[in-house]
Amino acid sequence: MKRLIILGAGTAGTMAANKLREQLDDDWEITIVDQDETHYYQPGYLFIPFGSYAPSDVTKTKREFIPRGVNYVSATIAKLDPEADSVTLDNGTELGYDYLVIATGTHPTPSETPGLDSPEYGKTVHDFYTFEGAVALRDALATFESGRFVINLIEMPIKCPVAPLEFAFLAEAYFTEHGKRDNVEIVYVTPLDAAFTKPVAARHLGSMFEDRNIELVPDFYLERVDAENRKLISYDEREVDYDLLVTVPVNMGATFVQEAGLGDEMNHVNVDHYTFLSTDYDNIFALGDAANLPTSKAGSVAHFAMDVFVPNFINYVQGLPMRERFDGHANCYIETGYNKAMLIDFNYTTEPLPGKYPIPGIGPFSLLKETEANHWGKLMFKWMYWNMLLRGKNIPVPSHMMMAGKERGAS
Amino acid sequence: MPVTTIADREIHVDDDGFLTEFDEWDEGLAATLASNIGIGELTEDHWKVITFLRSDFKENGETPTLRRVSTVGEIATKSLFQLFPKKPARKMSYVAGLQKPKGCI
Repeated sequence: MKRLIILGAGTAGTMAANKLREQLDDDWEITIVDQDETHYYQPGYLFIPFGSYAPSDVTKTKREFIPRGVNYVSATIAKLDPEADSVTLDNGTELGYDYLVIATGTHPTPSETPGLDSPEYGKTVHDFYTFEGAVALRDALATFESGRFVINLIEMPIKCPVAPLEFAFLAEAYFTEHGKRDNVEIVYVTPLDAAFTKPVAARHLGSMFEDRNIELVPDFYLERVDAENRKLISYDEREVDYDLLVTVPVNMGATFVQEAGLGDEMNHVNVDHYTFLSTDYDNIFALGDAANLPTSKAGSVAHFAMDVFVPNFINYVQGLPMRERFDGHANCYIETGYNKAMLIDFNYTTEPLPGKYPIPGIGPFSLLKETEANHWGKLMFKWMYWNMLLRGKNIPVPSHMMMAGKERGAS
Repeated sequence: MPVTTIADREIHVDDDGFLTEFDEWDEGLAATLASNIGIGELTEDHWKVITFLRSDFKENGETPTLRRVSTVGEIATKSLFQLFPKKPARKMSYVAGLQKPKGCI
């Protein structure tokens, strides 16, 4: 009997459990561990503050998506000992493994920033990257009539790196549609040098902030928050005042990753970028946001990565070479408000380019361009996520990025 | 990719002037790059940062973040702001001949 443990039953862990149970024969025992019984559809958090999704739209029970033949263990991971091939749970149980998959994601961590995790959190300071945060922000937006509305991306990398931009565009549309726009100043504060940092995207989209009258504060590295006086203070002593702050906290991987010596400075697991094998242990892989891949932390990446990981894993455990190589493919909708959205498609080496997706020349989706079709694509994706993606069913789009359909040499 | 001439040499750069070829950089070029952005003299502290950036990039293929320079390279973020005023992440990568820090779009 071989033992595989998957840590984390989120997007990546659940997909891996479904696909591997199908492919591995009965002498494999598969166990998946998670501390939370609820599966959250995280892309839906973005819509909750604006009332377009109800909280119940984004939750289901995790067990629904775990296939027969996989043991589901509901517990918090206390410790990983990679030398002893053992995981200890908070109830003291020790689980041994032959192979381990870490899929425990990355999490907004306000306590990383002095002054952020204050009694004002949930009052004048909010986030939309957690279920509770998105719901509290919905209530705060409903009663916010006027003042400085500041969105602050504290530090990269974060999961769904386009979400702060989407949030800014949706907030602008929300305030306009609710007749409050003239009384609300929207300010976007980022450590990057611009809202759009890749050359082609910047040329196509560079004017979006100006067109929507969103003030941009670039190169702002937050050192601390003075929550009492409602100020962001940077390392070089610049200050940004706010009336309502929407923060995108520092994202950190699980603490047990760091304690086991597997992580980088953000507790993301150091892995080979093409196979997801740990650079430290030859029986540990990391999937999804938990891995320190130099591409976006996003569900689409976890999805495309699965088509590389599963056949590789099957080979690897038989002592055969891993033939598939991940290209860093990511595919992200960007909501821009007023029932429109953009779409971007890129990988480790190709930046987002204009064009059509997934069918070259036809679409129906347009890359780097605001369209209604893109918006409906994003909304439709929720159904695909619950019904196909998580259950490991194939979605008919190629997992490697394709140049067909993209405008080569676009500028 | 555009080609420019810095210190009498042809150098490949991106639209913002950041070097795109790791091996086209050397210590002499760093001084010219520094003076291009108003950093007069590269001190020992500057070199500590540049050396860390270059070796970390070589190992990981990515320009390290301010956090990585502080936790792995053990150089406090506050002091990076003194050495490379206002825009340390951009300025330090520029002088070290590495790609500028960027988002996904």
